[in-house]
Amino acid sequence: MKLTLKIWRQKNTNDKGAFKTYDIDGVSPDMSFLEMIDVLNEQLIEKDEDPVHFDHDCREGICGMCSMYINGEPHGPLKGVTTCQLHMRSFSDGETITIEPWRAKAFPVVKDLAVDRSAFDRVIQAGGYVSVNTGGTPDANEIPIPKSVADEAFDAATCIGCGACVAACKNASAMLFVSAKISQLSMLPQGQVEKSERAEKMVAQMDAEGFGACTNTGACSAECPKGIDLKNIARMNREYLGSKMGSSN
Amino acid sequence: MKLESKIPEGPLAEKWTNHKFNVKLVNPANKRKYDIIVVGTGLAGASAAASLAELGYNVKSFCFQDSPRRAHSIAAQGGINAAKNYQNDGDSVFRLFYDTIKGGDYRSREGNVYRLAEVSVNIIDQCVAQGVPFAREYGGLLANRSFGGAQVSRTFYARGQTGQQLLLGAYSALSRQVANGKVKLYPRHEMLDLVTIDGKAKGIVTRNLITGEIESHSAHAVVLASGGYGNVFYLSTNAMGSNATAAWRAHKKGAFMANPCYTQIHPTCIPVSGDHQSKLTLMSESLRNDGRVWVPKTKELAEKVRKGEIKPRDIDEADRDYYLERKYPAFGNLVPRDVASRNAKYVCDEGRGVNDTGKAVFLDFRDAIKRDGRDTIEGKYGNLFDMYKQITGDNPYETPMKIYPAVHYTMGGLWVDYNLMTNVPGLYATGESNFSDHGANRLGASALMQGLADGYFVIPYTIGNYLAGEKYEKTPVDHEAFKAAEKTVKDNIDKLLSIKGSKSVDHFHKELGKIMWEYCGMSRTAEGLTRAKGMVKELRDEFWKNVKVLGSNEEFNSSLEKASRVADFLELGELMIDDALHREESCGGHFREEHQTEEGEAKRNDEDFAYVAAWEFKDLDIAEELHKEELNFENVKLTQRSYK
Ligand SMILES: Cc1cc2nc3c(=O)[nH]c(=O)nc-3n(C[C@H](O)[C@H](O)[C@H](O)COP(=O)(O)OP(=O)(O)OC[C@H]3O[C@@H](n4cnc5c(N)ncnc54)[C@H](O)[C@@H]3O)c2cc1C
Ligand code: SF4
Ligand code: FES
Repeated sequence: MKLTLKIWRQKNTNDKGAFKTYDIDGVSPDMSFLEMIDVLNEQLIEKDEDPVHFDHDCREGICGMCSMYINGEPHGPLKGVTTCQLHMRSFSDGETITIEPWRAKAFPVVKDLAVDRSAFDRVIQAGGYVSVNTGGTPDANEIPIPKSVADEAFDAATCIGCGACVAACKNASAMLFVSAKISQLSMLPQGQVEKSERAEKMVAQMDAEGFGACTNTGACSAECPKGIDLKNIARMNREYLGSKMGSSN
Repeated sequence: MKLESKIPEGPLAEKWTNHKFNVKLVNPANKRKYDIIVVGTGLAGASAAASLAELGYNVKSFCFQDSPRRAHSIAAQGGINAAKNYQNDGDSVFRLFYDTIKGGDYRSREGNVYRLAEVSVNIIDQCVAQGVPFAREYGGLLANRSFGGAQVSRTFYARGQTGQQLLLGAYSALSRQVANGKVKLYPRHEMLDLVTIDGKAKGIVTRNLITGEIESHSAHAVVLASGGYGNVFYLSTNAMGSNATAAWRAHKKGAFMANPCYTQIHPTCIPVSGDHQSKLTLMSESLRNDGRVWVPKTKELAEKVRKGEIKPRDIDEADRDYYLERKYPAFGNLVPRDVASRNAKYVCDEGRGVNDTGKAVFLDFRDAIKRDGRDTIEGKYGNLFDMYKQITGDNPYETPMKIYPAVHYTMGGLWVDYNLMTNVPGLYATGESNFSDHGANRLGASALMQGLADGYFVIPYTIGNYLAGEKYEKTPVDHEAFKAAEKTVKDNIDKLLSIKGSKSVDHFHKELGKIMWEYCGMSRTAEGLTRAKGMVKELRDEFWKNVKVLGSNEEFNSSLEKASRVADFLELGELMIDDALHREESCGGHFREEHQTEEGEAKRNDEDFAYVAAWEFKDLDIAEELHKEELNFENVKLTQRSYK
């Protein structure tokens, strides 16, 4: 296959950045999208040009590191897959593909297609955990958890922290990401003890990081590679309102 | 120098309890006076950093990814073992210990492995308390499955994403300590040197991967949890960034490397599809419970399959060779990983491989679908089938899968004693980066167990024993040892940038991978290894003359990152070859063709090789010195594995 690639190039956070166009030949349909970029990069290096920088590690859809905005969609045209799981057979010969980084105030571009998502880490640090130390925990089977509850908590827990939800949202809201963690922990008995406080703190941090407001368009969930459900947002709002009513202000 | 394993005296089952009582303690009020560096945020690193911070130590935590949550552990699929015996099927700490020692082909320490089995039960309690959503039965209790041919069901799992859920649990504990101010995170930082003063580990030198800044970090102890070195083979199931640099640079500063030739090759991976291939994807081992492995009986027929002249489903039963079932009637398709892998290689070497490259065998679900119905098979393996289809474009319900072995795990690593301390005082190694518990072969679902055992339940006890004897004062980072290490790091980077050769870093990495795979992979010979040694050395020389690394140090520079890692792989590769060459026996993942039984199975030599080979770095191009730690077996009887 022969393709034309329009790729966002930006030297560093302070650089203005611009699209650059590249032609690439000999792309096999069996290549993954990132392997296609690898091939481009080898060609760029050959010509003494700086290769395109992008984040990636596992290349099997689980680490959440890859993050490309392809033809106007986070992680490209296929549903339920990350950029690294996308294969070139999803594109056709002669096509022009536009590739950009996630765009959101809270995710500044680091270089080219790589962005800084440490805001997500700080939201988790604000309360995305159960406050238990190592050791001294009860036997794992002491508290039975209905299978349906465990399964639902698991569904929320599969979020890979990629940030596609933020990239997909016109307000760059992080509600889907934040609500997935809050839901997972508030559904499980282990997490219920701190649920109100947790929701309050995580939401406060989310706002402090500069993520936008949620207007319920559902673009986040539609583009989420792990299919994180919108009902997590509803659940989070419940926890959050609960916490507000319970607290002293 | 004599290697002291420091295994406590006393009966096997009491060693760890006695040891915990005998180790020196640091008074709770004094723990805050000690700083600990933890390199790595995978299961081993995140669990250690969180637990040490909870105890009161000040921790600095490093990883090269943009967030600690993305460490390679996230990709583990199948599950984690623990001797809970929730299924009432006869499991026990002793049985898990025994299975691990035997599975490791009697090349690990009894004391360490017993401790691992013992603390395995606490891991599950810990993870559940953190909110890890393990699979459950309808009654609400935890579910288990049997994994990798184990005769009991002791594997805990969270669908096919166990590593993810366990890592997110450890990451949440770590995040809590960041919020408490006890852990400082350094993502996108790569450790490039270990700093030692008077032989003790005192800190590290790192590069900020975004700005290129070279920074020194001082501490009272350093814990390496930097993962395995499978990417020395270029293609493996490891994440793209997994590398040996932290461990290798520590090795060059005096830490011994143990059993580097022990590599695990996983039999069920998606085959290489072309030169562009960047990594290999594991298909869960559980597929072998229902899939049947076969190739055409003749070369000619295989040739037709490769050319697309005949479809696999149209091949008559009589023309198929279910070679595992034929050779190992008792275990059939469920023989251990190394046996399954080697046999796939043999049939492909005979010209009976079934894809374009000739390096693939079939894994066929036709009979299972006929027997159990499509729905049942879909229920068990639906997501794996989808993933396979996504990657290859083939539909496994209609045509057999194609699989081939791939490098998956490295049992070798930094030598550590019972306390997980290397021979460099104050330097510890945990998780896949050490050599400790899996001998010559690791059982499925035991790496996650080991990483978390080390981090949650071993290091928090053993590190105090060392720190209790250390002064509170911290070495200032302007100490000459730090300056010298910074200079080494900078010189190395400058050198890489100054070569301006004509071949990319990936070119060298791929070449190295091909040599290692061909000669130091599934099956090894003295002749091949000797040849490979020369080839790797030549490649290393060529690398330092002709590698092309563009750009500068003072920026996000992916070629520079890779170049510095590949430079280390080139040195490590040679040591792996030396180790494989010296070990004149076959054991676990190390198969020397000269040492096999008449039936072609691995033949151990317990008389001469029941030891850990720990290698000491001298200087480049000078042979490393071998130190032997004899292994003593008092509780198990050494037997030859047989799967006939
Ligand atoms: C596809 C796959 C599936 C698997 N499935 C299972 C399974 O089902 N069950 C099981 O038990 N095991 C499984 N394993 C094995 C298991 O996942 C690994 O052995 C284990 O997760 C390793 O954990 P770790 O903490 O030692 O290292 P890793 O998780 O590899 O973490 C290494 C850490 O070190 C950091 N690091 C490395 N070098 C540096 C440096 N120089 N500077 C700074 N930071 C550095 C990295 O950033 C990372 O944070 C699987 C492995 C693979 C590849
Ligand atoms: S909710 Fe979905 S899109 Fe958002 S970070 Fe998690 S996995 Fe990515
Ligand atoms: S590289 Fe890990 S999810 Fe894409």
